[in-house]
Amino acid sequence: MTADPKTIAAGHIWTFPGGIHPPERKELSNTYPLRELPLATHYSVPIKQHSGEPGDIIVRVGQTVLAGQPLTQVGVGFGLPVHAPTSGTVTAIGPGRIAHPSGLPDIVITITADGKDTFAPPLPIQDVATASRADLLEQLRQAGIAGLGGAGFPTAQKLALQRPLDYLIINGVECEPYISADDRLMREQASTILRGADLLLDITQCPQALIAIEDNKPEAIAAMQAALTDYPRMQLRVVPTKYPSGGEKQLIQLLTGRQVPSRGLPIDIGLVMHNVGTAYAVARAIDHGEPLLQRVVTVTGEHVAKPGNYWVRLGTPVEHVLQVTRYTAETNQRVIMGGPMMGFTLPDLTVPVVKITNCILVPSTAELAPPQQEMPCIRCGACADVCPAQLLPQQLQWLAKAKDYDGLNQQNLFDCIECGACAYVCPSEIPLVHYYRKAKAEVRNIAREKAKAEVARKRFEARNERLEREKAERLERHRKAAEARKQAQAEAVKAGADNPQDAVQAAIARAKARKAAQLKEQQANSEPDGEST
Amino acid sequence: MSFTIATSPHTHQRRTTQQVMRWVYLCMIPGVAALTYFFGWGVWLQMLLALITAIFTEAACMWLRGRSARFAWRDHTAIVTALLLAVSIPAYAPWWIIVIGTSFSIVVVKHVYGGVGQNLFNPAMAGYVLLLISFPVQMTSWPVPQSLAQYTINFADSVSLVGSGYTQSGYNMEQLRTGVDGATMATPLDSVKTDLSRSLTPTEALAKPIFNDIAGIGWMWVNLAFLLGGLALIYLKIISWHIPGGLLLGLAVPSILMSLFAPGQAIGLSLHLLSGATMLGAFFIATDPVTAATSNRGRLYFGLLIGFLTFVIRTWGGYPDGIAFAVLLANMCVPVIDRYTQPIAYGHGGRS
Repeated sequence: MTADPKTIAAGHIWTFPGGIHPPERKELSNTYPLRELPLATHYSVPIKQHSGEPGDIIVRVGQTVLAGQPLTQVGVGFGLPVHAPTSGTVTAIGPGRIAHPSGLPDIVITITADGKDTFAPPLPIQDVATASRADLLEQLRQAGIAGLGGAGFPTAQKLALQRPLDYLIINGVECEPYISADDRLMREQASTILRGADLLLDITQCPQALIAIEDNKPEAIAAMQAALTDYPRMQLRVVPTKYPSGGEKQLIQLLTGRQVPSRGLPIDIGLVMHNVGTAYAVARAIDHGEPLLQRVVTVTGEHVAKPGNYWVRLGTPVEHVLQVTRYTAETNQRVIMGGPMMGFTLPDLTVPVVKITNCILVPSTAELAPPQQEMPCIRCGACADVCPAQLLPQQLQWLAKAKDYDGLNQQNLFDCIECGACAYVCPSEIPLVHYYRKAKAEVRNIAREKAKAEVARKRFEARNERLEREKAERLERHRKAAEARKQAQAEAVKAGADNPQDAVQAAIARAKARKAAQLKEQQANSEPDGEST
Repeated sequence: MSFTIATSPHTHQRRTTQQVMRWVYLCMIPGVAALTYFFGWGVWLQMLLALITAIFTEAACMWLRGRSARFAWRDHTAIVTALLLAVSIPAYAPWWIIVIGTSFSIVVVKHVYGGVGQNLFNPAMAGYVLLLISFPVQMTSWPVPQSLAQYTINFADSVSLVGSGYTQSGYNMEQLRTGVDGATMATPLDSVKTDLSRSLTPTEALAKPIFNDIAGIGWMWVNLAFLLGGLALIYLKIISWHIPGGLLLGLAVPSILMSLFAPGQAIGLSLHLLSGATMLGAFFIATDPVTAATSNRGRLYFGLLIGFLTFVIRTWGGYPDGIAFAVLLANMCVPVIDRYTQPIAYGHGGRS
């Protein structure tokens, strides 16, 4: 089926290669309505919760803050601000645990809550209908909105790119097992999400939007369908349940039959995609002046007594979330931030919930068996059959182990979206994605080293060139000076002055005469002793 | 409290290499049953000897390599290699044939190259070719299907034949291959090949008692039984259709063309498909993932190549069957096939 506009408009759903059907387990959490998580006693707010540079800190230790008050501001690096999740006192600013797979610390602002949860006045917004595009983007930036689907790219920055667009795609697919945060949000806040999508259409000057939902969420589909009657510019698209349908590139392929060019962006093919949670946050920020203070987090897994979806303030330690939801830990317990396919394990529970945290999963070993010993690859090719990017994961694996970076490049390592489908089906339980991440990091390092070496080489060459040039200049200067001197002398002689050469000759003659006299004297002195040497 | 760190994905489909291999040998049951029905218990003795040899040689290799033998046993690949070789060789070949062949497969073809996943050549077929070249008499002495045989072979005879070369009543293999008419009976492919080279027409060649109307007696059912097991493997998604499909197509198309344009020398389609090791090769041997091409398109070409080479060897080569040689030749071509069949990755200009 060709990817022509008519077919897209007719609602054709394309397919993408590969994909898997892991147990969904969404029923663990999606049957409970959204609930507010009780406030914690303290919050640790990492200053960087999005992709890009952090903002500049504008609070100091000891300062009291109100809920929604910015703690950082947009700095030179176009970073996003973060806001105080509740009212209280800033008790520390310094390195702390953040939500990152590496477990490495970053700057965290710790706020001790006063329990009153007093809110700062909402962000000022002029009449939305007449507000300029720049004003709306600034509003989203000040509200600290980053993509809530997972990547955490600053929303305003994504919207600022001005290119002709065919479609805005609102991603409510949520294909990752266990997670039901978007599902519940769509069921309960469909009209706000669509309002956000409508605003996004205005901001991007895009003619129409497609709302994509996986067919395993009938309630969300019904809710969104009902709310859609008010929004003629939007259409619902139900996609078949398959992991990773919700991946940006895969969803684009499903809805439009187009492929985002390698190393390109969806906007290159006239598309832009936002998550339903982001659309909701956009509506709240523009219509109500609310900064991004909280998000829906699925808390699930068989070791959580009260699973469900909770509104969790950003900066809430995972420990508090799990205490409220009454978790129990077994030996070798894993606590996963994100889903079972792409989430990462937490080293401890001081890690805070941030803008990209969609799920906290506390599984039992019975439901998610721990990894087994890696066996040798038998080249069965199960991985290639499920790869949505049409890569050859086993080849990548051999090349990654052999550190053959040219080969990896030829096999398009950087087109891997790290969905984990290959590792999921691998009968030898090879942690394939881990190898790819490592290889990618190595390739990036090599590129960085190469760039550094290139700079150093250029500098060295420039220095050598400068030294050579200076030497040549010096020699030239000396030559010129000598020439000038000679010329001056010649001119002086011509003019009738003593030839300096005569004076030299005379001096030499005088010296010789003196030496001869000295020699004579010595000989005369030594003779009377009768000793000779 | 600290928690376990693991890398994503945290969930895993529970189909291990061991399970895959187990399905492979379970799906051999129909074929082995047919072999037993037509040729007696010999195949079981060969399988037993092959298994024992494989387990011991694998352990020895792992010990020499300073690794755990249990680690190698766990994946069951040696079992599959051993069983494939055992069903490939004549059912009453002397015991040392299978011992040498299996040892070669495991030690040289598999472990010398670095163990499971690292070998370039199909271990069972490399072992088979070694035996075929080194011991041509023993390796071509297939017994006569029991329905045609002058002497019946019971289980005790089987043991005695494999162990000493004589049945309990003192007959040797050469005598056992004699049919009721007193003539030595070759395998269907061998017989046809010899007769065609003696300028007989295919009709005359197929008039011998070892043939029914379609293919060789016994052999046809053995092939159909392996086909059944192979289809089960596809159904269970242990293998994909690409290699067997390609192989059968690569064999069928030239044989049809041959029958059309040079009927005097043509073995014929049904005999090609239902004789020798065709179905065993197509579904169980060529599908060895380690030594096959990587992508599905590559596998199709890999299969086509084996099928075509088998046709060439059977038609013009010096051996009656050609699956083993064809597989090894195709193994050599795998890196080239892989190079030219790399799928177009997402975002590189392919169509969805």
